[in-house]
Amino acid sequence: MTTDVETQISEWRQYVQAHPAIVEADVDEMEEHLREQIADLTETGLGEDEAFLIAVKRMGNLDAISHEFAREHSERLWKQLVLLPDESTTGGGRRTELWVALGLGVGAAISARLGIALLDEERAAANAGLLVLPFLAAFFVWKRQVPARVAGGIALGLAVLAVVVNVFPFDEGGSTQVLTVIHAPIVAWFLVGVAYVGGDWTSHRRRMDFVRFTGEWFVYYVLLALGGGVLVGLTVGAFSTLGHDPETVIGEWVIPFGAAGAVLVAAWLVEAKQAVVENIAPVLTRIFTPLSVLMLLAVLGAFVSDGSVLHVDRDLLILMALILVLVLGLLLYAISARDPRSPVDAFDWLQLALVVSAILVDAVVLVAMLSRIAEFGASANKVAALGLNLLLLGNLLRATVLGFGFTGGREPFGAVERWQTTYLPLYAAWAAAVVVVLPPAFGWE
Amino acid sequence: MRIDKDLVAASATPLVLGILAEGESYGYAILKQVNELSGGRMEWTDGMLYPLLHRLERLGHITASWSTSEQGRRRKHYAITQDGLAALAERRSQWAVVSEALEKAWSRQPMPRAAF
Repeated sequence: MTTDVETQISEWRQYVQAHPAIVEADVDEMEEHLREQIADLTETGLGEDEAFLIAVKRMGNLDAISHEFAREHSERLWKQLVLLPDESTTGGGRRTELWVALGLGVGAAISARLGIALLDEERAAANAGLLVLPFLAAFFVWKRQVPARVAGGIALGLAVLAVVVNVFPFDEGGSTQVLTVIHAPIVAWFLVGVAYVGGDWTSHRRRMDFVRFTGEWFVYYVLLALGGGVLVGLTVGAFSTLGHDPETVIGEWVIPFGAAGAVLVAAWLVEAKQAVVENIAPVLTRIFTPLSVLMLLAVLGAFVSDGSVLHVDRDLLILMALILVLVLGLLLYAISARDPRSPVDAFDWLQLALVVSAILVDAVVLVAMLSRIAEFGASANKVAALGLNLLLLGNLLRATVLGFGFTGGREPFGAVERWQTTYLPLYAAWAAAVVVVLPPAFGWE
Repeated sequence: MRIDKDLVAASATPLVLGILAEGESYGYAILKQVNELSGGRMEWTDGMLYPLLHRLERLGHITASWSTSEQGRRRKHYAITQDGLAALAERRSQWAVVSEALEKAWSRQPMPRAAF
């Protein structure tokens, strides 16, 4: 082809590449298409310039194509969120969003502070999540323009949680109360999720986005907390060398304000700065997946060498359940960070190793737990832990089958992803059951 | 004749799967085939083929591999999988039902003449 058309093609290429949802390989594919089209058209007698114009025209509206690509690749969409109607590429939209996030952050902070001021310490701690998370839900209700009916449902859900935590006639400090206090924020987080996905919670793509959001939010929150911790530590140090004791101010004002406000700020950061963490997520999962495999195997080894699987300590069982939840979180995060179309590599095998070792640990924990229940009878704690472990086991077993299918080339990665997003509501349902059903079932003990 | 957009969209997947069932192919060649099969009457927006191919790939209906064309450029080839063949069979039977029903409904009356 003449240099003239070559220049035009490379200009066209640059223009296509400016679309965030179309990646380099897609442009290669489309350029190849364009060139063949031009070659065929010139054979029919057209000049190259005309052929180029017709070929470009036939390619179609690039914005529409980019939109289609974005729909197909939500992980690309994730970087830019090009599909969201409220997303304006101008600075104005971003700035409004920042102000809304900051405003709600201050609201969350005041709400948390009021909780501390008006409630006694234990009540305030029990309500911490419920004092803050409604503001996060409100942020997404605003940002995603959630339909009023859905927003009402979310508000109702949060209100029910608040009533359950504060009005249920628990035996003070009993295990059902502790269970409810632990699980209520989890349910609330899923309600935030409903707002996050704009009410479109049946969409598996959007569910995966929420998983991604949860992982990134956690990373940002930890970063903010670390930074805040260093600042607070230095301030306390400086004041105490000056002979002041700032600890009450810090403990009663700075920390609650910071911790509550950071929830919103972290969420805003995830929304605004995806491209920053995007490079960290795969790295984090690649570091922690092999480490977790080692940890699980070590724990398993300790169990086996101990020989007393049936008489393990209760605290250990709780710890094990926590480890398994963490592993599942890591698994989900890793799945959400993976490009579904890249071929199987060593990391996929490593992830499978993680799942299999988690199953082994889960099996041991389940045996120990069942034997405890057989020995001492059921209690709210044991039922909650048993349910959680069974829930995890169900997920892990199917994840193993699909994982082998994927690494063996029989299943697309989409099947692995889809299984996890299908399972997601079960966690919410289980947490809700622990909050609402277990306490009365065990007589508020 | 312009075919209605929704109809094009609905028939795109079975058409692409049907073409790939005959043997592996690549984007431009698939489009040429569509043109030939429809006698040039089905107009696709060329670019829209690619997101569709990616979707079919994600669903596991087809697999993709890169090769080098005669001109020395990278070209992405698509081939149908067992899953894809099963999906195609399923689509075919669905279309058969639809077209049979349409045929029966329309055979009772002559083709209505357009108003102009």
